[in-house]
Amino acid sequence: MEKYVVQMKNITKNFGNYKANDDISLELKQGEILALLGENGAGKSTLMGMLSGLLQPTSGDIIINDKIVRMESPREAKKLGIGMVHQHFMLIPAFSVLENIILGDEPLKAGRINYKQAAADITLLAGKYHLEIDLNAKVRDITVGMQQRVEIMKALYRKANIFIFDEPTAALTPQEIKQLMKVLRTLAAEGKSVIFITHKLKEIKEAADRCVVIRMGKLVDTVEVSETKEESLAEMMVGHKVNFAVKKQETDQGKEIFRIENLNVEAHGQLKLKNLSLTVHAGEIVGVAGVDGNGQSELIAAITGLQKVKKGVIMLGDKQLQQQNARKIAAAGIGCIPEDRQNIGLILPLTIAENLVLKSYYKQPISNKGFLNYKRINEDGRALIEKFDIRSQSEKELVEDLSGGNQQKVIVAREINAHPDLLIAANPTRGVDIGAIEYIHEKIVEQRNSGHGVLLVSFELEEILKLSDRVVVMHEGQIVGEIDPRRTSSEELGLLMAGRKIAE
Amino acid sequence: MSFSTILMTVFSTTLIYAAPLIFTALGGTFSERSGVVNVGLEGMMIVGAFSSTVFNLSCGNIFGNATPWLSLLIGGVFGLLFSILHAVATINCRANHIISGTVLNLMAPALCIFLTRVFYNGKGQTPVINQSMGTFTFPGLADIPFIGKILFTKTSLAAYVAVFIGGVSWFFLYRTNIGLRLRSVGENPMAADTLGINVAQYRYLGVLISGALGGVGGGVMAQSITLNFSASTISGQGFMALAAMIFGKWNPLGATGAAIFFGLAQSLPIIGGYVPILDNMDSVWFQIAPYAITIVVLVIFLGKSVAPAADGQNYIKGR
Repeated sequence: MEKYVVQMKNITKNFGNYKANDDISLELKQGEILALLGENGAGKSTLMGMLSGLLQPTSGDIIINDKIVRMESPREAKKLGIGMVHQHFMLIPAFSVLENIILGDEPLKAGRINYKQAAADITLLAGKYHLEIDLNAKVRDITVGMQQRVEIMKALYRKANIFIFDEPTAALTPQEIKQLMKVLRTLAAEGKSVIFITHKLKEIKEAADRCVVIRMGKLVDTVEVSETKEESLAEMMVGHKVNFAVKKQETDQGKEIFRIENLNVEAHGQLKLKNLSLTVHAGEIVGVAGVDGNGQSELIAAITGLQKVKKGVIMLGDKQLQQQNARKIAAAGIGCIPEDRQNIGLILPLTIAENLVLKSYYKQPISNKGFLNYKRINEDGRALIEKFDIRSQSEKELVEDLSGGNQQKVIVAREINAHPDLLIAANPTRGVDIGAIEYIHEKIVEQRNSGHGVLLVSFELEEILKLSDRVVVMHEGQIVGEIDPRRTSSEELGLLMAGRKIAE
Repeated sequence: MSFSTILMTVFSTTLIYAAPLIFTALGGTFSERSGVVNVGLEGMMIVGAFSSTVFNLSCGNIFGNATPWLSLLIGGVFGLLFSILHAVATINCRANHIISGTVLNLMAPALCIFLTRVFYNGKGQTPVINQSMGTFTFPGLADIPFIGKILFTKTSLAAYVAVFIGGVSWFFLYRTNIGLRLRSVGENPMAADTLGINVAQYRYLGVLISGALGGVGGGVMAQSITLNFSASTISGQGFMALAAMIFGKWNPLGATGAAIFFGLAQSLPIIGGYVPILDNMDSVWFQIAPYAITIVVLVIFLGKSVAPAADGQNYIKGR
């Protein structure tokens, strides 16, 4: 019989009347990689929260190495050898890599931290698991991929045997993902056990031995990955057949509607965009691929008027947009689904209806001589909620009480309803469940099909390749290449994203 | 006056005025490194100045020469007790740090003047203390030619102690595990929490050390400069210390250096009278100078120096 390192038996977790986990059981064998698949809100994080000591089950048992345990805090989970690698890294940017790793478990010598010994121990571990890290660098200066390796090293340093990865590939390039998969396999080969939470089917096929699928708090099935197709995994996760294709009509892409020439933008004293040029045609979706932090945020901020343009021209049709303020730019015909929906896209403590008029509240008929016409605001709100399928109790519900997908739909409704000539969509489906992803993609394509332009900035390569008519790659504030999405692979795209030029 | 005498005067006056600022700026550094903004330093100094003066007046004849130093300890203890209010408000009740600090600053003078009236027959200020912290000449070191006269003759021993504590503070924050953890909760409390570090505990440590050092700073002010306690004993020194902490980039050594610089600014009204060219200027300019310099330094450096990442942010578990 194989040895189970973790057994979760009939776990139920209630939050008030809400059952986040309902009678879920799973087992983790020693040396195996187990994927935990489910949509956002399916209960993956709750389940893993209980395994890492953050939450306690309402009923059911957790058995670790054949002993029933009750973990009241992450500290106790750590003692049992459970290491968690969070989706949002738990690192301190101002500290060195070494300090981040030893924090909380510092070796001491005569009252002071023995950095020498710590560095020697960690270098030894890093060699064993092929984890390339620079101990003396400050965390704020290293790549996301290395930050993740630091997180893994933190767990190894604390002698973890069971690793939980929460959406580990969300911010990585394809090459970094490959490296990570290698590390996962090394961990498994050394006898450690790994659970990783994901909603990306490809990665499951690539790395996992078995896969546990949960939906709406309930266990759907546990399957051998090698015997299961991607399509059936997707179906199990969503509960119905998934439509992967999008309907793209032929459009006339002859007319240029948006143009950027030699754009230079400075932020925090650094040149973030260097002579960037870009065009978008009517009826076209232009995808901007790139690793996070290569100037995408600055590009969007510059177009929408949130960041000063140092040099360069931004034209929508024949209207100059650079050096204009944000309201004028929006009124000129630019819509934006921003990357950070909770901070920039929405005002969380306001109602849905109020959020829907954020870009038109100052105009007739919403505003009359400075007074808001709430009757009209709420009526319009109801209509848009209907039209854009925003799941809510009423138009007066606060946006902060909506789920991520529905919050995103509020933004999509507001921006598309203004009929912009150019729609900017920045990671429009990040952290949104599959149903809402399908819907948002449909709306973006509709915008294109009706003859408007779309600029799609995304870290999800599949999304870019699926929706775009043309893909440009950004690296260090420049466009380093342009490719045809129908004739490229994610490998080629990945190389460009890492700064490699295409061989002519 | 000879050149070396002028230098000696400038240097010792600077140190006398710098001493309270160094202690208090170090206090601010501890608090803000742990993530709690401390604009209540002024209030903590007031409490320290008051309590140390009362101790000095009541026990001066028992302890003799040692009284001022014991008074500082008393000032530190009461500063620490007073800072518990700030710790409870910000760490347990998650109050806004600026508001809580402002409350301390409003409360301290009211409370201390009220108590002064109760203790000293309704007068708004205490009598002058008998056992004050005089100047100190280092035996041996003072005989070093030139330097000995400038640095080690008739100078402020409290300032040297303060500088020493600055060094100790640096060692504590940057070389010990407790220091590393204290800084970690000021940078990313959630990360620290996931590593089993008790965020509240380390923030308490930061705030209480801050209160103690702020109290000592207030005590030094009363024992060596004003020599009694009144409403004007502490007049902005807490904010200057805060400015010194920012100027010093939240680093104990930087804060110490910056506090000495502000000490120089504060001593200008006195030095002005001695230095040949300056003594013709209207003294009002020297009176204004310390405050003006504080504002200018803050304007120039506040935007540039980087505060601990989670400074001023309350930590709510599970978010």
